[in-house]
Amino acid sequence: MNSKLYDKIATIYFYVVATFLIVFLISLISYILYQGRTRLNIDFLTSPPKFMEVGGGIGPQLFNSIELLIITLIISVPIGLGAGIYMAEYAKPGLLTEIIRLSVETLSSMPSIVVGLFGLLVFVTMTGWGYSLIAGALTLTVLNLPVMTRVSEDSIRSVPNSLREASYALGSTKWQTIVKVVVPAAMPGIITGIILTAGRIFGEAAALLYTAGMSSPALNFSNLNPSSPTSPLNIFRSAETLAVYIWKVNSEGLAPDARQIADGAAAVLLLMVLIFNILARWLGSILYKRMTGEK
Amino acid sequence: MTVDKKYESKRKAADVFGRVIVFISALLLIIITVSLFLFVTSKGLSTFIKDGISIKEFLFSTTWNPDREVPAVGSLQFIIGSILVSVFAIMISAPLGVSSAIFMVEIEKKLGQKILQPAIEIFVGIPSVVYGWVGLTVLVPFISKHFGGLGFSLLAGILVLAVMTLPTITSVSTDSIKSLPVEIREASYALGATRWQTIRHVVIPAAKPGILTAIILGLARAFGEALAVQMVIGNRPVIPKSFLEPMSTITSIITMDMGNTVMGSVWNDALWSLALLLLIISFTFIIIIRLVGRRGMYK
Repeated sequence: MNSKLYDKIATIYFYVVATFLIVFLISLISYILYQGRTRLNIDFLTSPPKFMEVGGGIGPQLFNSIELLIITLIISVPIGLGAGIYMAEYAKPGLLTEIIRLSVETLSSMPSIVVGLFGLLVFVTMTGWGYSLIAGALTLTVLNLPVMTRVSEDSIRSVPNSLREASYALGSTKWQTIVKVVVPAAMPGIITGIILTAGRIFGEAAALLYTAGMSSPALNFSNLNPSSPTSPLNIFRSAETLAVYIWKVNSEGLAPDARQIADGAAAVLLLMVLIFNILARWLGSILYKRMTGEK
Repeated sequence: MTVDKKYESKRKAADVFGRVIVFISALLLIIITVSLFLFVTSKGLSTFIKDGISIKEFLFSTTWNPDREVPAVGSLQFIIGSILVSVFAIMISAPLGVSSAIFMVEIEKKLGQKILQPAIEIFVGIPSVVYGWVGLTVLVPFISKHFGGLGFSLLAGILVLAVMTLPTITSVSTDSIKSLPVEIREASYALGATRWQTIRHVVIPAAKPGILTAIILGLARAFGEALAVQMVIGNRPVIPKSFLEPMSTITSIITMDMGNTVMGSVWNDALWSLALLLLIISFTFIIIIRLVGRRGMYK
């Protein structure tokens, strides 16, 4: 009867581990949100940071994070989708495909600090742009491309073949089939993937320290001249993001309320990531239902 | 049958055009990877070529005085620091991660998919600076209060990385256990085995390549993590003699010093050499994963 006893013990062990993880995650999230609760107000989210005095906000950093995210997605989604289409629909087994696959795997496990240094060398120094929004966006593109490629490839692969065959039977070319049938059918998966990677881009800091920079000029939101350094539309200005700001405040923050600022910023960052996560789930299930005609 | 020639040639052209566009996108991935290797390698080698420092000194000496008149850039302490902090982190997170994967697939499928799976995804999504920040404000004072020392320590780094690698290990092992055919479990139960016996003698051995891949991926993530570790380990360029001593890792020294050094100086070159080392290590992990993956029984 020993084996029955061991089975019981093992079952209890697995329950304990699972419960521990859930409890740990819940307490981690509630701790972060609780610590930052006093800062979750419009004033903190919109006002600029202050140097050496109490009461600074995270306005420019939050704005930079969002702007950087949008630019990165504009660059990396089409390329990643294209590469995903190629890998799922065109690639034949062979050396070239193997090399592309190896590149995707290598890039996706590359430490982000190394990607950041590559960005520093190529997009900051060689182009002469200096620490800038565009250098940060291109660096994040390097980080995001392999993920985007994988997500699109997987979603496209999971589209049933009968759809493609039906399209060919109507006389469509391969490209027409891809654009009009396959990609739309793969859309729920692709969109869920984009939102999840967006969360990752939003929280990335190591790759941005030396590309988008660790400072942000005061932004003037009525200034829409893209060449002016205070214009939010200028992509060649340095752009410290929220995640970078948390790191900087802790290592060299001089404001007396640095601790509270970082607490608030961490809570905001976590909230954004949670929102991305929930949004991805919700949108994914809605699109899935619509595509499959359930309800 | 009438064929609109103009329309016909237009859609044929679009077909070719589309193929070319997606092919270029895929090629771009190769171009980026190759140029990343080339640039980091060429910068990383200048320590040895231009500055005349021997590879042996760089890899096996612990004398780190990059700002002296005669700079010494021995980096053994960073390499050992990275190894210590990531290996110990994995020793904590691997058993927990694999256990929770087994729980999700073998024991409580519904509960696992409804609660644990989303929880793990949220774990993955939490930015590393947030982990670092919590480590800095909760873990470091806790260690200092209860175990002594400053709190900034190897132990703090290990614990932060254990939490950060856990979701990676869990989700990859879950996928690999899920992909096992149900028949091997049924066969085991038919022989009268209990669930634990089935897990131990059938499921885990069969999923071994996948679980190994998961652990190596976790190790790679731990090795490459920069900011969360840098925030809690104290950044003293020495080999820690106990779990409670401050230390440095390859990533932490790069993070700390890159901004303070001038491009082209020996100090700066040494940081690039460390980046090259990271690149080589992470590429090695990928190669190992490919070799392990090839051995899988059920594909």
